[in-house]
Amino acid sequence: MAGSLEQETVKFVAMTGNEAVAEAMRQINPDVVAAYPITPQTEIVQIFSTFVADGLVKTEFVTVESEHSAMSATIGAAAAGARAMTATSSQGFALMWEMLYIAAGLRLPIVMPVVNRALSSPINIHCDHSDTMGARDSGWIQIFSENAQEAYDNLIQAVRIAESRDVLLPAMVCMDGFIVSHGMESVKLLMDEEVRGFIGEYEPAYSLLDVDHPITVGALDFADWYFEHKRQEAAAEAPVAEVVLKVGEEYGKLTGRSYGLFEAYRLDDAEVAVVALGSTAGTAKAVVDELRQKGVRAGLLKIRLYRPFPKDAIVRALSGVKAIAVLDRSDTFSTMGGPVFIDIKASMYDLMHGEHGEHGEHDAHGAQDAREARDMQGPRIVNYIYGLGGRDIDLEQIRKVYERLQAIVATGETGEPVSYLGVRE
Amino acid sequence: MNTGEKDWDKKGWKDVPIAGLITEPGTARRYKTGEWRTHRPVWDPEKCINCLLCWIYCPDSAIQVKDGKVVGIDLEHCKGCGICAHECPSKVRAINMVLESEAEAEDGEKVKEETMREGEEGEKERKEERKGEGGNEK
Repeated sequence: MAGSLEQETVKFVAMTGNEAVAEAMRQINPDVVAAYPITPQTEIVQIFSTFVADGLVKTEFVTVESEHSAMSATIGAAAAGARAMTATSSQGFALMWEMLYIAAGLRLPIVMPVVNRALSSPINIHCDHSDTMGARDSGWIQIFSENAQEAYDNLIQAVRIAESRDVLLPAMVCMDGFIVSHGMESVKLLMDEEVRGFIGEYEPAYSLLDVDHPITVGALDFADWYFEHKRQEAAAEAPVAEVVLKVGEEYGKLTGRSYGLFEAYRLDDAEVAVVALGSTAGTAKAVVDELRQKGVRAGLLKIRLYRPFPKDAIVRALSGVKAIAVLDRSDTFSTMGGPVFIDIKASMYDLMHGEHGEHGEHDAHGAQDAREARDMQGPRIVNYIYGLGGRDIDLEQIRKVYERLQAIVATGETGEPVSYLGVRE
Repeated sequence: MNTGEKDWDKKGWKDVPIAGLITEPGTARRYKTGEWRTHRPVWDPEKCINCLLCWIYCPDSAIQVKDGKVVGIDLEHCKGCGICAHECPSKVRAINMVLESEAEAEDGEKVKEETMREGEEGEKERKEERKGEGGNEK
């Protein structure tokens, strides 16, 4: 069935990431888009505005004066019951900051493509993840894309995920500035009807325009109620992973491209593995293939759903690996390493404790050898911060990362936990 | 707003509407803002000349008036700003601000009970008076 569907409907088009995302937005056909242009996201808004001008969408397009207003207008539209979207990058994203938390707190399923770009200062327009990483605690769902195809697919799925009645949270779909947003790739598009069928008619959970059921949105919420509402928001994050899997599977049935919480690339029997997100995962895959040909048990875990963090599934996938390098395209400036590194390390702590308990029972009567003692500590984990401000990451750099992981496995010496990759000393 | 013992009787996070929404109109009058008060206006009916300046100036409509005469102060909504005491003519001084903690200690449980009763009765009357006015409450 899927085969015949493909023949009849699927088309390949040469597109940049921005074009693919704008095309997805046209097919989603949101009620309201309020957006402001910023490099490297500009094209998305520009292309989408031509769709509006040409009457290809029914969208009310609001040309706002800033990203703070863009998110504010999008929130207002969503609270009024509209399927509302916006898009941004970097400084614009930073300017949305206070409104990001309001979108999440009001449980509005806004979907927003974010083209990842470095934050000032110094000023820079190129890719890193410091913009969206800073908002990892804002309550938004964060999905990262490796290439234009994934950005397109993720945006369509994000509508379903965000609007799920079990979730009702805003979602941002991240793609690497210029590398994905401006790189031309072959993208497989869905037909308009397929997208419409997949996302379905939007039925808001609540609407300010529903005069038969008047509501107050954003009322003062003091010490006697605020905590309960935030606790409820935290609970909404719990079912996200399951919804992401369900939607990803359904999308796979429609397109032949299924999506999970992450992509485990040649990870099953891997001894050494890299964790990365975004376009760098593509580069790392090439190195993994190379190493596998040489007989090295190398693997990759590409994070797709970053927030909420699918801790348990990631721990399971990485539990058999002996040495892990987490590649972070942003720094936390905390001396603790990058954000993904911190998350992975925190997740692994649970794994160690789980194992500790089991071993503890087995070893109650006898000594355990040094090898077992080392395993109990869980995988060795190191961190590389790389690619800030669009600094290239190439095969050679990633080869060196895997070489170090092999050395860690051979010697048992982890060395410096946090390193900077591709920076001049 | 101070999460005192009585707040534990309120609904838990699983039972409240999402996003802090208020799904019922006109509920603000049920929100007891009087708990914010640090100073309490104490009204002396013997001294009061019923000029109603306090009633005019009170930002929270907490001066209770019946048939053109002050009958009391709605302590469930009075935030203790002291405007009433300030506006009360200096020759009259029928309203004086005292520390809430001192007033409570002095009045003890008796006042608390009376206030609750007055509040409930006052609520019924206000409901009639202000039918149709909007408001909000959790």
